[in-house]
Amino acid sequence: MATKNNTLKLKFDSARKYAPAPESKAAAKIDAKYDLFINGKFEKPLSKKYFATTNPANEEKLADVAEANAADVDKAVKAARNAYEKTWKKMPAKERAKYIYRIARVMQERARELAVIETLDGGKPIRESRDFDVPTAANHFFYYAGWADKLAYAFPNRNAHPLGVAGQIIPWNFPLLMAAWKIAPALATGNTVVLKPAETTPLTALKLAQIIQEADLPPGVVNIITGAGATGAAIVNHPDINKIAFTGSTDVGKIIQKAIAGTAKKATLELGGKAANIIFEDAPIDQAVEGVINGIFFNQGHVCCAGSRLYVQESVFKEVYRKLKDRLATLIVGDPLDKNTDIGAINSKQQLDTIHKYLKIGLKEGAEMYEAPCELPKKGFYCRPTIFTNVAQSSRIAQEEIFGPVLTIQTFRTDDEVLEKANNTPYGLSAGVWTDKGSKIFNMTTRLRAGVVWANTFNQFDPTSPFGGYKESGYGREGGLHGLNAYVNLV
Amino acid sequence: MATKVLSKKLKTQTPVAAKKATASERLEVLKTYKIYIGGKFPRTESGRYYKAQNANGHTLANVCLSSRKDFREAVVSARAAFADWGSRAAFNRSQILYRIAEMLEGRKAQFIEELCRQNISTTLAEKEVTLSIDRLIYYAGWCDKFQQVLSSVNPVASSHFNFSNPEPTGVVAAIAPQQTSLLGLVSVVAPIIAGGNTCVVLASYTKPLCAVTFAEVLNSSDVPAGVVNILTGKISELYPYFADHMDVNAVVFCENDADIKNAIQLKASNNLKRVIFYDKILWENIDAQSPYFIQDTQEIKTTWHPIENIGGAKAGY
Repeated sequence: MATKNNTLKLKFDSARKYAPAPESKAAAKIDAKYDLFINGKFEKPLSKKYFATTNPANEEKLADVAEANAADVDKAVKAARNAYEKTWKKMPAKERAKYIYRIARVMQERARELAVIETLDGGKPIRESRDFDVPTAANHFFYYAGWADKLAYAFPNRNAHPLGVAGQIIPWNFPLLMAAWKIAPALATGNTVVLKPAETTPLTALKLAQIIQEADLPPGVVNIITGAGATGAAIVNHPDINKIAFTGSTDVGKIIQKAIAGTAKKATLELGGKAANIIFEDAPIDQAVEGVINGIFFNQGHVCCAGSRLYVQESVFKEVYRKLKDRLATLIVGDPLDKNTDIGAINSKQQLDTIHKYLKIGLKEGAEMYEAPCELPKKGFYCRPTIFTNVAQSSRIAQEEIFGPVLTIQTFRTDDEVLEKANNTPYGLSAGVWTDKGSKIFNMTTRLRAGVVWANTFNQFDPTSPFGGYKESGYGREGGLHGLNAYVNLV
Repeated sequence: MATKVLSKKLKTQTPVAAKKATASERLEVLKTYKIYIGGKFPRTESGRYYKAQNANGHTLANVCLSSRKDFREAVVSARAAFADWGSRAAFNRSQILYRIAEMLEGRKAQFIEELCRQNISTTLAEKEVTLSIDRLIYYAGWCDKFQQVLSSVNPVASSHFNFSNPEPTGVVAAIAPQQTSLLGLVSVVAPIIAGGNTCVVLASYTKPLCAVTFAEVLNSSDVPAGVVNILTGKISELYPYFADHMDVNAVVFCENDADIKNAIQLKASNNLKRVIFYDKILWENIDAQSPYFIQDTQEIKTTWHPIENIGGAKAGY
């Protein structure tokens, strides 16, 4: 038995170590201080306040960033309204398109700089920001640019009219990509924008503001203002905003739905998730294990669609668990700027505390915890990749979104059983299924109640591919043809 | 003597649109208007009723004043029916919606008479009933077509096959348009169930008769029990439950009442219900029907699968 193929294991504990391969910081020019990008210019905040943004990998300050108060928000909304009425909605769609194409092109030109800053500010591995975040963000602008003069083909028998001014609030896990997801379709459909990046990761959005300047976009079409929750609330509550697009937690999503009650504001909410990732016994196990690793440890698990609940068919549980543990041992946790790093820094102290809280809860609830046996850097916020087994369906670590590198594993016997378990959650953002049988794939992908379902893959994204949730994971779609819906009135 | 006593009793207790029987004439049998939950016609559990009256103040019927518990029962039925209805072949749903239209056609006279009793001219009543039938036919046709119109194959820049298609959102709680007895209700219900959702609908408070009679049509049209549940009662009493029930996925409201709209949004946020307001729709108009009404209670699901050995396309620049 010991010689059976599936028990072979690569040895990584040899004397050979990876040499450090740090990406140069030279590409990243970060100013000491950033003001608010309003009406095409960087303006000092009326609040007169600034806050620091730090590098979570070493806790060093990167820059001071303006904190917009309600008066600043008002100024930004006025600029956006003015640009909407006087310029943007009147501009021929094909010209609008060319501006958006320009943004995409400048982003591509400045990709390396954006990638390094994204990693410095947010803690994600440079490999991810370089190969995923930045190119995908640029591709979103490129994709939606082309839609601007083709909207008549997207909505048969209706005319698509822009909504007006869109207030957009984005999270810290994919700062530049989320900005692109939100700004690109809004501009393509003829809206103007006030965007607020997350307070821990404002730098790439501010770089994007510079790129927008460089692309010579008419002043006020995109306004980027920084701040924390209060700034976001001021955007949500501003009476002259027509549309709120929010990505973040389900709790805040509910607050936003309440806040806009009784107004004519439309909303797209892309909220939390607790995705089931399901491995059947006939799955290609090695690929599935890779998929599970990518599903939960991509971006330190700071992914709303992360595959945080693994369901393994009982007959292959031992094999899968062993292979997962073997794979965990090979993951390199450390300096996000190092090109060998698999798992970078947790985005903030606060998020690290949240993850630790859940680890304690898991243990207290009787689950068994396995942590990768890796060294963590002395400074900065880091968390070992962690797996819980012996987890109850009702356990909080299997029900609540942890937003960190923490995986729970449960087992199942039948299709119906795993569907029941997988769908037994208030969330419905994403799901994964691993099996070699085509009919089983479609049985599962059809019956899983989630907006994105990956079969024999996980965590794939593309500008042409709509993304968004069922149930308490929010409503509306971003990306693709369906993403246009969120920014138009059909008349 | 006996008939006299009976007619007297009728006068005080039940509808009087009925003729009094004289010694030589046959006494009309009056219909009890009940609610429709899980394919059955119970009375409200609350035992309460209200009098539906015509414009002249004549009582047309005693109608159930549904309660919160009735609503909750109805949601249980709708949820139970969803797995089956939502996963049926679209073609089958199409035939069933067509069957509803057939049944309605066959009972046209009854609906026209009922509408007339609610003080609508015969011409308008005929128009409302035929429009309602045609609207059902319209949506019967969409059952197995809207998916094709609202779906997409997405040309992703990697070796994956990727497509997006609509799926029903689940259980929809709808407060039907109050101005009409039949057309508004049919116009709201048809796109919901055509898309594979199940629903609980509150009928027009002042014109509830056709809603209950329509339930009888549904009941004889092979519509599975629980797919459509129809309650009669007060909006002001029931809307909070429509909006905050945690096992309802979407709520539809058709009146232009700012306070209620506000309250529905607030309560709906408890489980992030999709909130759909149809307060500017003129239901007799042709643009009050379209696949976009079906889309309102659909979710878009995107499915990915790798493809071996294609393209070599990567996200490049």
